[in-house]
Amino acid sequence: MRTAMYLDANATEPLRPEARAAVLAAMEATGNPSSVHAAGRRARRILEDSREALAARFGGRPGDLVFTSGGTEADALAIRGLGAGRRLIVGATEHDAVRAAADGADVLPVDARGVADLTALAALLDGGPPALVCLMLANNETGTIQPVAEAAALCRRHGALLHVDAVQAAGRVATSLAALGPHSLAVSSHKLGGPMGAGALLLAPEVSTVAPLIAGGGQERGRRGGTPPLPAIAGFAAAAVAAGEVADLAPLRDAIEAVATACGAIMCGGDAPRLANTTCLALPGVRADAQVIALDLDGIAVSAGAACSSGKVTASHVLAAMGLGALAGQAIRVSLPWNATTAHVAAFARTYPRMAERLRQALAPRAA
Amino acid sequence: MTGSDQPPRPNRPVYLDNQATTRCDPRVLSAMLPWFTEHYGNPHSVEHVMGTEAEAAVEDARGHVAALIGADAKELVFTSGATESNNIAIKGAARHALRTGNERRRIITVATEHKCVLESVADLAGEGFEPVFLPVRADGLLEPDVLRAALAVPTLLVSIMAVNNEIGVVQDIPALAAMGKQAGALFHTDIAQAVGKIPLDLTGWKVDLASISGHKVYGPKGVGALYVRRRPRVRLAPLFSGGGQERGLRSGTLPAPLIVGLGEACRLASSEMAEEAKRLTALRDRLLDRMRDRISGIQVNGSEQARIPGNLNLTFPAATAADLMARVPDLCVSTGSACSSATIEPSYVLRAIGLTDEAAARTLRIGMGRFTSAADVDYAVAALAAAHAGAPVADIERLAQA
Repeated sequence: MRTAMYLDANATEPLRPEARAAVLAAMEATGNPSSVHAAGRRARRILEDSREALAARFGGRPGDLVFTSGGTEADALAIRGLGAGRRLIVGATEHDAVRAAADGADVLPVDARGVADLTALAALLDGGPPALVCLMLANNETGTIQPVAEAAALCRRHGALLHVDAVQAAGRVATSLAALGPHSLAVSSHKLGGPMGAGALLLAPEVSTVAPLIAGGGQERGRRGGTPPLPAIAGFAAAAVAAGEVADLAPLRDAIEAVATACGAIMCGGDAPRLANTTCLALPGVRADAQVIALDLDGIAVSAGAACSSGKVTASHVLAAMGLGALAGQAIRVSLPWNATTAHVAAFARTYPRMAERLRQALAPRAA
Repeated sequence: MTGSDQPPRPNRPVYLDNQATTRCDPRVLSAMLPWFTEHYGNPHSVEHVMGTEAEAAVEDARGHVAALIGADAKELVFTSGATESNNIAIKGAARHALRTGNERRRIITVATEHKCVLESVADLAGEGFEPVFLPVRADGLLEPDVLRAALAVPTLLVSIMAVNNEIGVVQDIPALAAMGKQAGALFHTDIAQAVGKIPLDLTGWKVDLASISGHKVYGPKGVGALYVRRRPRVRLAPLFSGGGQERGLRSGTLPAPLIVGLGEACRLASSEMAEEAKRLTALRDRLLDRMRDRISGIQVNGSEQARIPGNLNLTFPAATAADLMARVPDLCVSTGSACSSATIEPSYVLRAIGLTDEAAARTLRIGMGRFTSAADVDYAVAALAAAHAGAPVADIERLAQA
């Protein structure tokens, strides 16, 4: 098994030690949190403590937080639950979890930096029927941070609801339902250093009774059936609390960008407000999948877009929406994990220039 | 009566609620741990080595689950648990049929199904389907003729659980599935309580869809699977969409560590089920024999023959379940399914087999499992018998240990 220098944190973050400890402790608690006996009550306490910690972390009330299996389900629950009977408007660069749930929606365009056009949003909302707008807080491919607070105010003025996919933002930038003002916020455990298999939808008090997507035993106040995955949830909460205290990754990210741009790479969305751990680097003329494979062979794990669509060789819808044309199929995503060090930068600096030169040479005869 | 085989000390608390959830086997936990820590890749990141490692682990696990239930690995879709699997199977089959112009609208299930099956079927009434809830006999089993009569109307889907979560009875799935097939209906079975406890052969039984849970089989919570038959292929509409994982049927990052845990749990069950069934049958008989010796008039609910080894559902003659549980706080048993434990509603399963609400209130579910010892069973009998006889709470533990 080869070891890789991991620069694909937006696909999944390494588990934080605090989360690992919480997972293991919760594994010891055998009970089903719905059972009334001692083992069940112990499990229930872990569940409710986790709920309180997460609600506090993300600016909501514990009773308004619904645990799900992850970010995709949280997005789907919000869109199905809040969007019923409403017109749907989704940002052009949303994750597929949102795009797929909002079939037939109107698209909110973004500018060349990937930032949503709020003038266009106002125009879409003006006079139309009641809408549900979906706008992510931070983009998974470019790290672009959307003006969610402004969008929320705009939506509220127009009687529209706003759902925010905060999966990539949570644990990386300030992410508070109360401060930003949307009606719902989706977060995922494994994108902030918790275990896979848990997520949450945090609802604003006025919309906290959503219809369930998964019917069942009445858990989560009837909003999500099924035995809650206790160890994953405990790890999720521990990771979210720990994620408030990480070093700023921007200097490492900037060093990586300096290496790449020196080789002719173009930063996609680099001028926008964005996550400190993410950069999207296009190498003109070189297919993204070739870059990713070459870097992988050299022990560097990056991606050519969202992990879920990895393997499909299609140009990124995010970069296409930013008007990048052919570059949309020539960009890689480099995303630093919470535990990144200068060793990550050094490894990148060793391999990226070699990759860029080799692939350009391979292309040269055809380009000539 | 107290034989020399009795070990000195039971576990504390004594956990006899293995139908609500099971302890994650330490061997399962060991198998999962590396996937939490050093091998943390996203199994869908197939462009780099950390992703492909995780993907390979997920596929190994898929093979272990398939082997335990008599399926092909390609027929398994991973989910967050049996509740989600049941929702996808039932709503997914119905909605797909609706979209493709199938005119069958009847969906048949049984009154004693898990709540999530009953709710999924009932919800579909709002989408134009015709739910039918069949009664069961006093022994908890479905009378085949009752199903046959219901199938006289062209039926889209039949959903019948293999093993009941409260009374532990085992339905004759091969026979019932054959009847469903013959009538041209799809057949779904919730096997959450059956996996690892009784032999299953989904391919041979001609089942179309089956729901599996991790935490009921000594695996982790937060993972399950749905068996979707391939030949002939069963088509479903997904419950929600997204990244298109699991062939579009179930989007969202697959939780690789939990899936590895489910796979290991199934692998262990495959090799240990036969021995464990013998041991649990002996424990159950021991518990029942001793309970009958101590408490005359105690009654077993559900068939005593067609039942999984570890489960007993007992109606006590002279004390309520709530009182017994309160008086023996270090014994974990339950009054019914865990999801509805917090409510004081009498069990609809017990009602369906003819118990009065008053008798249902005197009923306990006792679920023995892999980590249950003879000492645990003996402690449970002694403590419950003392509590039932009205012994002061302070004396029960001492009496039980005597």
